[in-house]
Amino acid sequence: MNSRERILGRVRRALADVPDDARPYQEAVARDYLREHGQRSVAQTVDLLAENLADYRALVHRCTDGELPELVARLLSAHGSGSVVVPPGLPTGWLGAVDTTLVQDSAASTAPELDRVDSVVTGCAVAVAETGTIVLDGSSDQGRRRITLVPDHHICVVRVPDQVVSSVPEALERLDPTRPLTWISGPSATSDIELDRVEGVHGPRTLEVVLLSGS
Amino acid sequence: MSGTFVGMPAFPQAAREAVGNTTLRGNLRHATHTIRDKRARAVAELEDWAALREAGKQIKDHTLRHLDRYLVQVEEAVTAAGGTVHWAADADEANEIVARLVQETGESEVVKVKSMATQEIALNEALEARGIHAYETDLAELIVQLGKDRPSHILVPAIHRNRGEIRDIFRSEMSEWGRPAPEGLTDTPAELAEAARLHLREKFLRARVGISGANFVVAETGTLVVVESEGNGRMCLTLPETLISVVGIEKIVPRWQDLEVFLQTLPRSSTAERMNPYTSMWTGTTDEDGPRTFHLVLLDNGRTDTLADEVGRQALRCIRCSACLNVCPVYERAGGHAYGSVYPGPIGAILSPQLRGTGSEIDASLPYASSLCGACYEVCPVAIDIPEVLVHLRERVVQGGPAVRGGNRVVLKPAKGHAAERAAMRAAQWAFTHPGALRTGQRLASRTRRLHPRTLPGPGRAWSGSRDLPAVPAEPFRDWWQRTHGGKGGAK
Ligand code: SF4
Repeated sequence: MNSRERILGRVRRALADVPDDARPYQEAVARDYLREHGQRSVAQTVDLLAENLADYRALVHRCTDGELPELVARLLSAHGSGSVVVPPGLPTGWLGAVDTTLVQDSAASTAPELDRVDSVVTGCAVAVAETGTIVLDGSSDQGRRRITLVPDHHICVVRVPDQVVSSVPEALERLDPTRPLTWISGPSATSDIELDRVEGVHGPRTLEVVLLSGS
Repeated sequence: MSGTFVGMPAFPQAAREAVGNTTLRGNLRHATHTIRDKRARAVAELEDWAALREAGKQIKDHTLRHLDRYLVQVEEAVTAAGGTVHWAADADEANEIVARLVQETGESEVVKVKSMATQEIALNEALEARGIHAYETDLAELIVQLGKDRPSHILVPAIHRNRGEIRDIFRSEMSEWGRPAPEGLTDTPAELAEAARLHLREKFLRARVGISGANFVVAETGTLVVVESEGNGRMCLTLPETLISVVGIEKIVPRWQDLEVFLQTLPRSSTAERMNPYTSMWTGTTDEDGPRTFHLVLLDNGRTDTLADEVGRQALRCIRCSACLNVCPVYERAGGHAYGSVYPGPIGAILSPQLRGTGSEIDASLPYASSLCGACYEVCPVAIDIPEVLVHLRERVVQGGPAVRGGNRVVLKPAKGHAAERAAMRAAQWAFTHPGALRTGQRLASRTRRLHPRTLPGPGRAWSGSRDLPAVPAEPFRDWWQRTHGGKGGAK
């Protein structure tokens, strides 16, 4: 008997005493919890996102479509970035005013090469107001997971209010589980020294979130 | 469970030694009290906490009830997504599988994300014995590994170390493992974090094999979830070419939607955050993004034995948040090492004796490592009634009886050398038949057991006056232990 059969057999024997529960999954779990917490207007939800992002030390900026290229250029130069990695599908205009070296995200580039790049600019899949979270799903405006991990400075553009949801349940509904997902809430941090949160370990130590509104 | 801690003294003796260590007690007290208050605030933000907790409990119970079906579903979904699934009945088999998979890549080093399952099976030691170096990359794990130490907390394995000790370990040990600590390293947490960043970066960049556990596995999609803070998890999960995840069979949730419960309750319960900095989710492999090869090792190692116990099986709901450790007055005094297992604190006191059986002295004494104050149950995000399981396990130790070990039905003999416990249990039985003696205990129970009211008296309750965390008594642990536990092994 192989271990698969052994384990499955043990599970079945272990449950022999349990009365048969034919209730389908939908009825087995009472979902009496809330879909979202509190009542907010769309603008208030965006404000809450900004507040919670900032609470976990993300730097939050707001701008319109027209102002974005200037803002991105300014943030990169303020950070002293000499190079920035670019996901393949990033709207070209976003980096229109940038004069640092652009590095294309490619499957061939190695981790050490990426380690020499200062910054990355991406879009996102969804942002969660209640928790101050942005979620990346590897779409073409976000690129491979590693480009938002190895460089020390991440600028993430969130289209508001379209990409903003209130809560974790609403975010999961919008996401596709077959894509590789990264949920990001503030810059890299640790609670490992005396259970106190300290920013800045392996992921980007500076996270800037740009809330981009139509015009 | 594997033998990392075999030969440990029984809990009372180990705890007495720990209590004599004032630095350790100070470190633990500081850390657990900080996180306690923060957790309470983070939980209070959600007015539907009780409903989330109940849903989490029900999801886990439902999954465990149909675990055979969900295991098969996980296997199908992960395979369909490009992964390979392996089944390991025990620690040795899991270690064999992982070692073989690493050897097949031709690599002799791996980077690891903190994982309780791989600690439980002592994977690092098993790999080392085969000439494979495993580098822990979680800051606290790194501190433990560099300090040639043992973990003492689920979430923060180096919680027993303060910043000064951490600096000393980094200064003296980092150079032996790779990049040395920066010159003039001080003990500010930011500098210590920076030192870890520099030390580990070269390892991440050259790593070809990553090893992880998982917080959740979604059966319908085959998605694995790793919740973390530092980004070391993301490094291990995305930079290597091969990823091997070792996951206990109780980590399954049926549907994608179920994550909406646990992604709200886990971060708030463990680090007291609305959300932890990073959560990674992956389903099999993705072309040109992340590892090209993905292996999932499904681990039993005593879990099905635990599942066979009507009362004890609820321990398998545990999501390893560590909230129960942080509120436990016994953990705070005794420290994590006294539990002789990678699972310390209240959850360890009910999980280790079930995963490993109650054959050894340490495992037989663990169900007594509690005052049954109920604080652990109160904070548990999946409502595990730890006091109930403790009492049940005490009975098993004292009276023996039927159990399942290694998948086989056995009848345990009453433990020898537990005369004190036998007496204590007799006292408890007496209390059951003398309701007056129980009044205080019942008052406690009625306030803490909102979800499924049940009275749970235990012998000699010193803490029953309040449902809140008991105040720290001024007396030394030794006296306290003797007074509350009939002085088992403690009359010295
Ligand atoms: S028993 Fe409950 S409180 Fe303790 S670690 Fe597990 S889930 Fe958390």
